[in-house]
Amino acid sequence: MVDGATAIARGALDAGCNFYAGYPITPASGILTHMLRELPKVGGIGLQGEDEISSLGHCIGAATAGATVFTATSGPGLSLYSENLGLSIMMEVPLVIAISQRLGPSTGAATATAQGDIQFMRWCTSGGYLVIVLSPTNIQESYHLTKRAFKLAKRFRSPVFIATDKETVMTTESVAESEMLNTPNWPDIPDEPVGKPLYPYQKYGTIHHYTGSSHTEEGHITKDPEIIAEFNERLKNKIGDQVDEIALVKTDLQEGADTLIISYGVSARSMEAAVKELRSNGKKVSALTVYSLWPIPEKKILSSLDGINRIIIPEMNHGQYRYEIERLANENVDLIGVNRVDTFLITPEEIIEAYHG
Amino acid sequence: MVEPILDTYIAEENLPYEFCPGCSHGKVLGALSNSLKQQGLDPSEVVIVTDIGCVGLSDKYFVTHAFHGLHGRAITYASGIKMQNPELKVIVLIGDGGCGIGGHHLLNAARLNTDITVLVFNNFNFGMTGGQHSVTTPLDSITATTTLGSTDAPMDIAGTAKVNGGGFVARATAFDKDLPDLVEKGMKHDGFSLIDIWELCTAYYVIRNDFGRKEMMGYMDSMNMESGILQETERPSFQTSYKGIQEQASKQKPMSGLVLDTKFSSDLEKPVRIVLAGAAGQKVVSAGNLLASAATLSGLWTSRRADFPITIQTGFSVAEIVISPEPVLYSGIIKPDVAALIAPEGKAKIARLTKTMEESDTIYFADGLGDVDSPANQLPLEFPESAKKEVHKNISALTAGYLTKQLNLFPFEALQEAVRQIQKPKIAEINLGILAHFE
Repeated sequence: MVDGATAIARGALDAGCNFYAGYPITPASGILTHMLRELPKVGGIGLQGEDEISSLGHCIGAATAGATVFTATSGPGLSLYSENLGLSIMMEVPLVIAISQRLGPSTGAATATAQGDIQFMRWCTSGGYLVIVLSPTNIQESYHLTKRAFKLAKRFRSPVFIATDKETVMTTESVAESEMLNTPNWPDIPDEPVGKPLYPYQKYGTIHHYTGSSHTEEGHITKDPEIIAEFNERLKNKIGDQVDEIALVKTDLQEGADTLIISYGVSARSMEAAVKELRSNGKKVSALTVYSLWPIPEKKILSSLDGINRIIIPEMNHGQYRYEIERLANENVDLIGVNRVDTFLITPEEIIEAYHG
Repeated sequence: MVEPILDTYIAEENLPYEFCPGCSHGKVLGALSNSLKQQGLDPSEVVIVTDIGCVGLSDKYFVTHAFHGLHGRAITYASGIKMQNPELKVIVLIGDGGCGIGGHHLLNAARLNTDITVLVFNNFNFGMTGGQHSVTTPLDSITATTTLGSTDAPMDIAGTAKVNGGGFVARATAFDKDLPDLVEKGMKHDGFSLIDIWELCTAYYVIRNDFGRKEMMGYMDSMNMESGILQETERPSFQTSYKGIQEQASKQKPMSGLVLDTKFSSDLEKPVRIVLAGAAGQKVVSAGNLLASAATLSGLWTSRRADFPITIQTGFSVAEIVISPEPVLYSGIIKPDVAALIAPEGKAKIARLTKTMEESDTIYFADGLGDVDSPANQLPLEFPESAKKEVHKNISALTAGYLTKQLNLFPFEALQEAVRQIQKPKIAEINLGILAHFE
């Protein structure tokens, strides 16, 4: 029996994380307490910063000195991470960030569960750079996707988000031990970095300058329009050209189905329950679980749309991912959102109702 | 004398400095270079972390490692670098502007005592953005944003570091001949060090306030802010303290999930959703864990959510448990199959849920909590006569035992085994005693 906070912390440790800094916030504090307790046991460093800004600052600093860093927060903390996320993108610092979602600023809806930050993660900082966002639907995927996030962060020298939620992080569940131990059958992420590897600061190492401004290859600030354009293009293409490698979905397509349900995170579990129920009543329906929310796995989504004239999208927000699907789907396809923003999980029955129209 | 490695640490190909004529920044950079030289440091063991503002232009003038980040946050990056690689000498170059927007980091780095050296380029206003007032702008001064005179009390940067535990704190001016020695002392101090270096911003502050070197010294006197070393105390640096923590922690066992092997069986056919609703201090969540663990030990699948106010030992405490013959997909409970009410706080908290229950569902209630506004079947919790004296202190464990007997979802022995496997021996002994009343 295990909760999501434990699974994520264990995943980070098993991925070789040796530095964590974060600030308490429900529902992400469980990850903070696990990491601060566990890291010194294995010679790593875990600390609570005076706020989210300093926490991410510590992480970025440690990463430039060679640490494998991790942090976790919730929506309000993500607001404070925003500027430093831009810095880590510009400096090309690998960073894994778990976002335990709820909805809204301040104390949120009394720290209840939601999927309120899907677009916020995508557009987390000034400049509109691409970031990678993975979203586990359950405890065992929380563990395996956290490990994968570290591989992606290192390969792309970029922030990688784990989009989780209060429900997954704070609910204790029974999980088959084999599902925790055996990595799912996902395509491997190569170890070598796309582009140049990170040069950590080292005594007697190569001198390196890191800067958050547009810079030359040597890390010197530049105002040369050509170099700035080339640099920004490279940042975009580094991830944009590798969407197929990053793309990770679970397709459960049924022959002859004209309805496809697309979901992610905790809502995908209700989708799975609804699909099971519908099929047991002889209904035809296909399902697509999106694990890599960003960059949007367009090809994988498009290839699931053959013969589909209706898409149902359950998510615990006002349709943050639905807009993306709308952009991809043929205009003759009906798009139906199943949305809850009242702290309750979307029920399988609500999805079944949407199916029946 | 240490043998010098380099004659200068300034990247001479990037000179001349692009600072305004008469600006003190170049003087301080020269003093820093001389200090590194007299310490005989390899350029690769030095990281210069610059903040934003005119001082932020400095990193390109050094042949050492450099880091140029966000406004006010330089101290946080420096701490992170030093924590990860204590071999490096990490120096922060920050202005009075950075100390304002990042004041929180300044005083907390002093508390944390990371072994970094902060050089404050304090010239009393924002130079880069046109001479707006900063946290150190003297009272009555004219700036772009205080055209009729500043009315804010100026912040004492060195004093702030001093009262917040900064081990080495000094105040100086850009004109001090001994600045390289002072920087060396700060860098050699094992822990946080800060030197508040007063300067002239010739572009704005000097001309708007007729503030030259003489006036600056006069202002120092009038504020009783003497120059020199203000504090030099020995306190273990973060690096030293944390090593101690790592040593102690390395003797502890690493975390792991709770592994429960299937020992019992169950013929449950469909999911059952149970809500235990009580008050803080009744160990409601603990009873929920027992039920979920007993089910897991019986080869069933479970999820357990807890709901309680942010304050502890007061208000409601609710545990929601789903027990299912198949992995739980939807873990929410909108309509419980079974609810147990053991305190008025819990009864009130789940009133919305009990209202949705149907005639085929059951609400069990403790003394005085019956008469629920719900069509569900309502039955009193009837604990064994011998257990009556336990009700006051141990109602949650009794309820777990009672529900296990009534609902027959898994064997009673599984509940007892759960107590043995997941609870601390002392508590397990008490709870096994309580469960014995049902035998």
